[in-house]
Amino acid sequence: MQFGIFTVSDITTDPTTGQAPSEAERIKNVVTIAKHAEDVGLDVFALGEHHNEPFFSSSPTTTLAYIAAQTEKLLLSTSTTLITTNDPVKIAEDYAMLQHLADGRVDLMMGRGNTGPVYPWFGKDIRAGIPLAIENYALLHRLWREHVVDWQGKFRTPLQSFTSTPRPLDGIPPFVWHGSIRSPEIAEQAAYYADGFFANHIFWPASHTQRMIALYRERFAHYGHGDPDQAIVGLGGQVFMRKNSQDAVNEFRPYFDNAPVYGHGPSLEDFTRETPLTVGSPQQVSDRTLGFREYVGDYQRQLFLLDHAGLPLKTVLEQLDLLGAEVVPVLRKEFAALKPAHVPDAPTHASLLAASLERTPVA
Amino acid sequence: MSQRSLVVITAGLSQPSSTRLLADRLAAAVTASALAEVDVRGVDVRGVDVRVVELRDLAHDIMNHMLTGFPPAALKEALDAVEAADALIAVTPVFTASCSGLFKSFFDVLDKDALVGKPVLLAATAGTARHSLVLEHALRPMFAYLRAVTMPTAVFAASEDWGGSSALQDRISRGAEELSREIARRGPVQVGDPFALNTSFEDLLAG
Repeated sequence: MQFGIFTVSDITTDPTTGQAPSEAERIKNVVTIAKHAEDVGLDVFALGEHHNEPFFSSSPTTTLAYIAAQTEKLLLSTSTTLITTNDPVKIAEDYAMLQHLADGRVDLMMGRGNTGPVYPWFGKDIRAGIPLAIENYALLHRLWREHVVDWQGKFRTPLQSFTSTPRPLDGIPPFVWHGSIRSPEIAEQAAYYADGFFANHIFWPASHTQRMIALYRERFAHYGHGDPDQAIVGLGGQVFMRKNSQDAVNEFRPYFDNAPVYGHGPSLEDFTRETPLTVGSPQQVSDRTLGFREYVGDYQRQLFLLDHAGLPLKTVLEQLDLLGAEVVPVLRKEFAALKPAHVPDAPTHASLLAASLERTPVA
Repeated sequence: MSQRSLVVITAGLSQPSSTRLLADRLAAAVTASALAEVDVRGVDVRGVDVRVVELRDLAHDIMNHMLTGFPPAALKEALDAVEAADALIAVTPVFTASCSGLFKSFFDVLDKDALVGKPVLLAATAGTARHSLVLEHALRPMFAYLRAVTMPTAVFAASEDWGGSSALQDRISRGAEELSREIARRGPVQVGDPFALNTSFEDLLAG
């Protein structure tokens, strides 16, 4: 099982100091966080894509390539890549390029983006969000698998004799996850292509995640890719830890109370009860995270959100230390002991390459 | 016999509340009037199950839903009950020339399709009859937007009505009868599954 962190790249004022980092500071901080994720033994770093303030990450492949150059084993992913407003041709090119530079340590998570005004900045319309996600991904899927593509669709100019360059490393397209909170069409899309399905899991009660994953698993089997429990599932999570759980609650509360998205709303206690947010000791985080398996089944990737709401860099790095030293080793052991042998790991470039060589042995 | 469900939304804030009092009178009148009804298939609809939703109890949950995008458990249960109801009675106090903000907020977080085709009896309370057209210029358009089927009679109770003649009770009875007839005319409500996929992927791919 893969463990990692994902960031939305928000630049938020620290409510305890009234200070916000500059863009330059926050960007460099995120690079430091990613490198530290590798140092503490995590597997994945995923970066969001946004084209509006207060987020900085409009250009994820630049950032991820910079991180790739300074890490050895860390898998680099996105959370998410906007399959609606980006040109699928440019996604094909950018991420194939990144995949080469990172020696295959790249996968992507597709998302639609839920901010209406962003769409027209890229010539699109949010009301066509689902059709855009379906058509654009269908094209992207072909561009990485067919050398020369003739194509015509609704949302971009037709392609004639087009070859996306560079070609995917070793002829292996990057593995793709599809992220969605509540759109069954996206679970269906992930199942159709035998891609992974990632449930954000953070801002919605567990019951929603459970329904979406169940749908994805059922449709994965329907399309003949394997049994429902062999589908590739990822989950988000959100934690804040201190050795002593009351210290965690006291320290995190001002960040929670002022956080973008849920700040000034429910109490920390209500929100931890209604959603997967866990604030407490590393032991509490491990126990709660192991509990996710009870309603989604054995799954392949767990990403945590750690660096949002204005939390200072030092605190985030301490959270990573706790995650790497006290939580992930426990989770690796416990999840592995529970997982049946026929449930696969998440595909990586190495595993996909090995599978491809097995299918077509070198003469 | 088939049990039908009636959900009563009441947005009164005080305790006791004249809005709740009006809501209870309307619900009792519907229950009494439904006793004699059979529905469109000839099935006796005796035994209307009445559930009263006091929005005051859900006030924080409603605001939290607006802020987080999902309903806390108690609110979720109320929203589901409204969606699954065969009919609705909706009663609000008049605040500043309209329905109360709490009343509006509840319908703001309700799924926009939850009331489609659903019979709704509207009612309001206020200190003076000068507010009575709030039912027509504020409530009815909102329910029209939600594509609910509002009853021709909307019941307004001013302070003076509570001590007056039988006119208020006559309006209550008329509105209740209209709602009972609409319940009886229809089969039980079918609730859609928000996670159900209604198109094939081939159709999605074809655009």
